[in-house]
Amino acid sequence: MSSTVLDYTKEIPVIEGLPTAAALDETIVKPINDFPQRRWFIGLAITGTMLMIGVVSLSWLLWKGVGVWGINQPVAWGFDVVNFVFWVGIGHAGTLISAILFLLRQKWRTGIARFAEAMTLFAVLCAVQFVIFHTGRPWLAMAWLFPYPNQHGVWVNFTSPLEWDVFAVNTYFIVSAVFWYLGLIPDFATLRDRATTTIKKVTFSILSLGWRFSNRHWQHYERAYLIMAGFATPLVLSVHTIVSFDFAVSIIPGWHTTIFPPYFVAGAIFSGFAMVQNVLIITRKAFKFEHLITMDTIEKMNKIILVTGTIVGYAYIMEFFIAWYSGNATELFVFVNRAFGPYWWAYWTMMTCNLFTPQLFWSKRIRTSLLASFILAIFVNIGMWFERFVIIVTSLHRDFLPSSWGMFVPTMWDFGMLIGSFGLFFTLVLLFVKFLPAIAMAEIKAVIPGAQPTHHGNGASH
Amino acid sequence: MEKKLYSITAIYSYPNDIIRAAKTVRDAGYKKFDVHTPYPIHGLDGAMGLKETKLGFVTLAAAIVGAAGMISFASWVAVVDYPQVIGGKPYWSWPAFVPVTYEIAVLLAVLGTVGAMIAFFFKFPNISHPLHDTPYMKKVSADKFGVSIQADDEQFDEKKVRELLKSAGGEVEAVYYSEEFLTFKPQTFDPKFIVLLAGIALATSAGGYLYFNKVLYLPPFDWMMMQPKVNPQTMSEFYADGFGMRLPVAGTVARGFIPYPYALGAKADSVGKFLVNPLLPTKTTLDLGKKKYFTYCSPCHGNFGNGDSRMNGQFPNPPTLHSDKVRTWPDGAIFHTITVGQNVMPSYQYQISREERWAIVNYIRTLQRAYNAKESDLQ
Ligand code: HEC
Repeated sequence: MSSTVLDYTKEIPVIEGLPTAAALDETIVKPINDFPQRRWFIGLAITGTMLMIGVVSLSWLLWKGVGVWGINQPVAWGFDVVNFVFWVGIGHAGTLISAILFLLRQKWRTGIARFAEAMTLFAVLCAVQFVIFHTGRPWLAMAWLFPYPNQHGVWVNFTSPLEWDVFAVNTYFIVSAVFWYLGLIPDFATLRDRATTTIKKVTFSILSLGWRFSNRHWQHYERAYLIMAGFATPLVLSVHTIVSFDFAVSIIPGWHTTIFPPYFVAGAIFSGFAMVQNVLIITRKAFKFEHLITMDTIEKMNKIILVTGTIVGYAYIMEFFIAWYSGNATELFVFVNRAFGPYWWAYWTMMTCNLFTPQLFWSKRIRTSLLASFILAIFVNIGMWFERFVIIVTSLHRDFLPSSWGMFVPTMWDFGMLIGSFGLFFTLVLLFVKFLPAIAMAEIKAVIPGAQPTHHGNGASH
Repeated sequence: MEKKLYSITAIYSYPNDIIRAAKTVRDAGYKKFDVHTPYPIHGLDGAMGLKETKLGFVTLAAAIVGAAGMISFASWVAVVDYPQVIGGKPYWSWPAFVPVTYEIAVLLAVLGTVGAMIAFFFKFPNISHPLHDTPYMKKVSADKFGVSIQADDEQFDEKKVRELLKSAGGEVEAVYYSEEFLTFKPQTFDPKFIVLLAGIALATSAGGYLYFNKVLYLPPFDWMMMQPKVNPQTMSEFYADGFGMRLPVAGTVARGFIPYPYALGAKADSVGKFLVNPLLPTKTTLDLGKKKYFTYCSPCHGNFGNGDSRMNGQFPNPPTLHSDKVRTWPDGAIFHTITVGQNVMPSYQYQISREERWAIVNYIRTLQRAYNAKESDLQ
C-alpha cells in the first residue's frame, strides 16, 4: 500500500498472492503427509516433559489429597481456581473467532479460525482438570457436579453459580467440539481423497462420514454453520459471565461487584487472543503459512488485544473508583491492600502487562512487527494469569475478621500442576498441527480471489 | 463383477461455469442431479432450484424442548423432590434456574441441529456411495466443480445427457458402480464379530472378577476406609509415645463432666448417703436400666439378680442382689459399687455412663421390689 490513506471501498484480500485452490491444499496438507521436522520432535520433547511434570504432580495430589497444595484457610482457592479461570479465559478466543467474527462477516478470520477453535478445546480441557481435581475426591465428583438420580435421593443445587458453571463449561466444551468437527468434515473428505497411505485413507474416510461435497448437502451445512454461530455467540459470552458469577455472587469484598461479568468476558477475549497470537506466529513460521495467515490478520488481532486490554484496564480503575466512591470501608481497604499490601507485586505485574504494555499497540510499527506482537502477547498471558491470582488470592487473604487473616504460599505441586497444564496444552497443539489441517481448507478456498461467481452465472468464464 | 451406470458427470473449472451448467441441467427438466463443489458457492442453490432448508425448524424444536425440559426439571427438583431453603429464598426461585436452562437449550439446539442434519438430511455416515473413490470425487474435493446426472432419473438418456453437459462446456465422464460396492457392509456389524466382541468382554470381566476376588482377595476400593485420621487403638507416628489415643491434659476436665469424688476404699453404705439418684423410676429409665443390666450385670448376678448365673462355681460366687444388705443400702451405695467395684467385682465407670448407672440402680430396685412384693403392690 503506497498511500497512507486507506481505500475502504476495496476489500483487503484475506490471503496474499494468487494461489490456486490446488496449491492451497498442497500447502496445508504438507505437514500432515510429510514426516515431521526435527524441531517438531524437539518441541514435543519439551512439552511432553512438562506434561509429565504435571502427571507426577497429579499422581501425588491424588495419593495425598489437596493438602499438598498451598491452599488453607482463609485462602481456600489457590492455583487451582486461578488456573481454571485462566484456561477457560484462553478458551474464549476460538469460539469468538469462529462464531462472532463469522456473524460479523470478518473474512480475515478464515485463516486462523480452525486453529483458534482447536486451542479452545485444549484450553477448556486444561481448565476442566483443575476444577475436577480441586474437589478433593474427583472420583466422587460425578455425584457433586451432575444431577443424576442416585440412591441418596440428593440433587444438585440449581441456584448455585458453581452449578451454573458446570453446565456452562460443559455445554461450551461440547458445542465447541461439535462446531470444530463440523468444520473439519469437508477437510477430512479432501484429506481422504489425497491420502497417501491406507491407514490415513481409512481414518479420514470414517472421520469424513462419507462427505461428497454435494451442493444439496452444502445448502444445509451452511445453514447449520450459521445457526451454530448464532448460538455460540451468546454462549461464549455466557460462559465467562457465569465464571465471574462464581465470585460476584459471593459476599467477599473484592469479588462482590456488578462489573465482573463484562470485565471477565473482556479479559477472556484479551487473554485468548494473546494465546492465539503466540501459537499462531510460531505455526505460521514453522509451516510457511505466511501467505495464508497474513500480517494483516496479525495486525487485526493486535487491535482486538488493544481494545480488550483497554476495557480490562478501565475495569481495574473503575473497581478502585467505586471502592472509594461507595464509601464502604471494607471495600476500600481491600483495594488499597491489593495495590500496596503484601501482594503488591502481583497487582503491579498485572497492571503493567494488561494495561500499560498493550498500549504500545497504538503504534503501527509495533502492531505490524512479528517480534513485538509475540513478546507483548506473552506479556498479556502473564498479566492475565496474575489478574486471576490477584482477584482470588488478595480478596481471600484479608477477610472481614482480622483474626482469620493469612497468606497463601504455593508449593512445588502447585507449580507442577501449572507447568503440567501448559504441557498438556502445547502437546495437544503440536499433535493437532501435525495430524489435522491447521487451516480450514474448504473455508479458505472460498475466499481466494475468483472463488465466487462474478454475477451469478450469467457471465462468460474467465 | 457387473458394472452399472450410476451417473454421467461433467467437470468445470470456474464458478461461473458451474452455475450456468446447473441452470442448464435444471431447465432441461432433470430431477436427480447434483452439483459437487469443494466449497459452498454463492447462488448455486438458486441455480439448482433448491428449496430453502428446513433445518431451522429442528433447531427451534430442540431449543424449546431443552429450555422447557430443563426449567421443569429444575423446578421439580427444587420444589417437589428435594426442597431445600437456600439463602432464605422461596423454593421456586426461577430466576436462578435461568442460566442452566439457557445452557441446556443451547446444548440441545446445537446437538439436535447437527445430529438431525448428519443423520436425516445427509443420511450419514455412508462411506460406500458410488461417487466415492472416483476420479470425479478426487477433482471436486480439490479445486474443480462437477455436475452429476443420475441414471435413475426419469428422462435419463445417456446420449442426450452427454451432449447437454458438453454443450455447457464440461469434461464429460461416466461413473459406474457394482452392486457389491454399494451393499458392502463393514465387518464391524457382522453378527459373528459382535458375538466375538461380547464374548471377549464377558471373558475378561469374568476372568478379572475371579482373579481379583477369588485368587488375590483384593479388598474392594473403599476409599472411605482409607482416611488419614487416628482410629481408636491405633498407633500414631505423630506422638512420641506412639499412642494414637490421648489422655486428657493433666488437671483438666471434659466439658459437663464431674469427677467421681470417692475412691475404691470408701465404704459403699457410708459414701452412698451423699449421692442422690437424679433419675425417677419412669418407664424410660427403667427400660434403659434393664437393657444395661442385662448387658453388664446379668452375666454374674443372674437375670433377676439372684446371683445364680453360669459364673457360679467358676468365680467367687457373685452375691444375690436381694440380700437385706443391698435392699437397705441407699441408692448411692449401689451406684458407688458399680462405679468403683467391690473386691473381685471390677469397676464399670468407663463402660457405663453415669446416667446409665443410675438407671441400673432404678432397675435393681424394681427387681428387689418384685421379689419382696408387699401386700399393697399386688392390688
Ligand atoms: C464379673 C462378675 C460381676 C459382674 C459383671 C458384676 N458383678 Fe456385682 N459383684 C460381683 C461379685 C463377685 C461381688 C461380690 C464382691 C465381694 O466379694 O464383695 C459383687 C458384688 C456386687 C454388689 C454388692 C453386693 C454385696 O452383697 O456386697 C452389688 C450391689 C453389685 N455387685 C452390683 C452389680 C451391678 C449393678 C452390676 C452391673 C453393672 C454388677 N454388679 C456386675 C461380680 C460381678
